[in-house]
Amino acid sequence: MSEHSVEEIKKHVRVYMLVFGSLAVLTVVTVVVGYLELPFVPALIVALLIATVKAGLVAAYFMHLVSEEQVIRWLVWLSLALLLVMFLLFSVYYVDQGGTEIFGF
Amino acid sequence: MQIPFTVAPRPDTGVNNAKIGVWLFLASEVMLFGGLFSAYIFLRIGAPEWPGEIGGHMYERASDILNVPLATLNTIILIGSSVTMVMSWASLAMQRFDRYRLYMGATIALGFAFLVVKAFEYGEKFSHGYLPAENNFLAIYFVLTGLHGLHVIGGIIVNMYFMWPGARMWKTNPKQFTNRIEIAGLYWHFVDLVWIFLFPTIYLL
Repeated sequence: MSEHSVEEIKKHVRVYMLVFGSLAVLTVVTVVVGYLELPFVPALIVALLIATVKAGLVAAYFMHLVSEEQVIRWLVWLSLALLLVMFLLFSVYYVDQGGTEIFGF
Repeated sequence: MQIPFTVAPRPDTGVNNAKIGVWLFLASEVMLFGGLFSAYIFLRIGAPEWPGEIGGHMYERASDILNVPLATLNTIILIGSSVTMVMSWASLAMQRFDRYRLYMGATIALGFAFLVVKAFEYGEKFSHGYLPAENNFLAIYFVLTGLHGLHVIGGIIVNMYFMWPGARMWKTNPKQFTNRIEIAGLYWHFVDLVWIFLFPTIYLL
């Protein structure tokens, strides 16, 4: 995202408004699902799915990842992979120390 | 010495150095918030009741003790501020400095609005004596939302710099100034992104 014509930017602006609308709708859906008082696991899955879609929209369009250079995209995937590794290491340690079961293991 | 590749892309990476720098910083932020999210998950897995006993009452859902309407309002405020932030960059890319000022001003105002709402929320908890030391739920609630709030304050300071003293660069080097706003925007959107996960996991589950 470095050099753009005014026409291109105007197209971007229309997309930003669509993304804003989608984020607002998804926020309302999140809250409505929260008030439904679903059992914990389905509520968790729905909440995380919606949050992931919202985060994806912000990262892809507001943070320009859809049109960003490969090196930035790799950096994002690497940081998410390291986050997963950290969480798995904590999980292994937690179970090893006699913590309760996680996901049936 | 002049920092190289602040505007032109570096031949080997294809992007300017400032952008790589801020993305590396954001990668470290992923680990910071990720570590605390992990702490939250394990505290919750290990707890017999969540949120549990607070002030002599047993709570079964976080939404019974936290103010969901205020947090929803804050979610909309922060999403709105992300839009105004990206619009301030788009305005500069379209050579509209007057509109940049408008959108950047709105971003700063929305950032303050988020903090004011947060202050009301915290005030409500403090008035009942619900402090971080009360139980694990309140401890992780204050740590996660407090750290996020500090990030909002940091973003407001950066945005205020670019709104006033830093905006002089528009006259001397408009391309670099536009890049700076894009990069400040990357940080601001990240702060929005963290809240997108904090809101449902802490307030609604």
